[in-house]
Amino acid sequence: MTGALIVGAGLGGLRAAEALRSSGFQGAITVVGDEPHPPYNRPPLSKEALSAGVRVDELAFRRKDCVADVTWRLGAGAVASDLAARTVTLADGAVLDFEGLVIATGIRPRTLPIPGPTDGRLMLRTIADATHLREHLRPGTNLVIMGAGFIGCEVAATAVHLGATVHVVALDTEPMVRPLGEELGAAMRRRHQARGVHFHLGRTVDRFEGQTQVTGAVLDDGTELATDLVLEAVGSVPNTQWLAGNGLDLQDGVQVDAAMVVAGTDAPVVAVGDLACYPHALFPGAPRRIEHWNMPTETGRRAGRTLAALMRGADPGTEPFTAMPAFWSDQYHHKLQSFGMPGLADRIEVVSGNVDADCIVAYHDRQGLVGVVGIDRTSELAPYRRQLMDR
Amino acid sequence: MIRIEVDMDQCQHYGQCCFEAEDVFQLDEDGKLRYVAEVADDRREAVESAADVCPMQAITVHQQ
Repeated sequence: MTGALIVGAGLGGLRAAEALRSSGFQGAITVVGDEPHPPYNRPPLSKEALSAGVRVDELAFRRKDCVADVTWRLGAGAVASDLAARTVTLADGAVLDFEGLVIATGIRPRTLPIPGPTDGRLMLRTIADATHLREHLRPGTNLVIMGAGFIGCEVAATAVHLGATVHVVALDTEPMVRPLGEELGAAMRRRHQARGVHFHLGRTVDRFEGQTQVTGAVLDDGTELATDLVLEAVGSVPNTQWLAGNGLDLQDGVQVDAAMVVAGTDAPVVAVGDLACYPHALFPGAPRRIEHWNMPTETGRRAGRTLAALMRGADPGTEPFTAMPAFWSDQYHHKLQSFGMPGLADRIEVVSGNVDADCIVAYHDRQGLVGVVGIDRTSELAPYRRQLMDR
Repeated sequence: MIRIEVDMDQCQHYGQCCFEAEDVFQLDEDGKLRYVAEVADDRREAVESAADVCPMQAITVHQQ
């Protein structure tokens, strides 16, 4: 047995490794990652790193002393696993066994089956993706962004700043409408439009034109857009293929309890980050995955503690999981920050300011405040966060 | 003592660190980060945690 095996070398995997050590686990820890890079910070990939250039050393997370003895096995991801036999098979053919396993393989961008050439169609998740996108973004580039979520909108802002002509095509009624709602989404759209971003909302791309390189996009209403470059930012898919065949429920990521213990296996296995689907005590209802930046840290801490307990034969406990979801975005130097789950609201109220300037927007469900979003009001959100913690 | 260093070129004043160690990190009335540069060893876990949750990864914690 080789101690703890962490599959996935992102933020969640790193935090799980740290938490294993801070919880007293002294055995070997191996972290497997498909990318060649040690854990790095992804949010700058659509903003600062895309604008100023991708610097791997600047994006890398600090390596704490407590994980100095961790073995990093980078460049070959997991392709298969046998949880009952406690083995994981890597893309390079290696088979690693484990005493305890952390599932931390995260998500990848969803791709849509749209006819036409594929050269010039990019996604954005990794350093390699950002480097590729940056190389192709030039003044005058005609960029079509599919999807009006945070990544699509952040790249739109960065690309306009770099001198590109940007068209955003999305089925949604407004940008970022699911987390922000119609009114604030519309106000964010107006900010983008004022900088020259073109929106095609309620629309999809029917096909791409060109031989091998994309030269145009034809929308479902017949609109034709000259296109040099396409960014597909239409959501994500959990990386769970390597877990197939173990009898786990992989319909929506990996199902775990509040201690991050994976359901459906007797082996000591926990899951963290974007793919972990867990019950959240502040936001009842079905277990959910929360793809916010702070959640790999929060789930990683809990999962590392849990796995350390399981590997010494102790009960990880049933403490409810209450970590506050938080997200933030920077578009044209406007700071958008949120706590809670505004996307769950059935009533939205602008409680301070004006959505076209700086503002605070409160999101309510039947139980009360369920989320808050501030634009350029960061220092005033703490009382709302406290109220959310007390739900 | 623990010495805290914040790269103010990186810091975007999101204030996530304040929730982890409000005695060390605070946003002032203008929303700018203010912090205590040296704290006692018993605050180590809190300031490490504050460094962890910084979206810009602008905080470095030095043990002295």
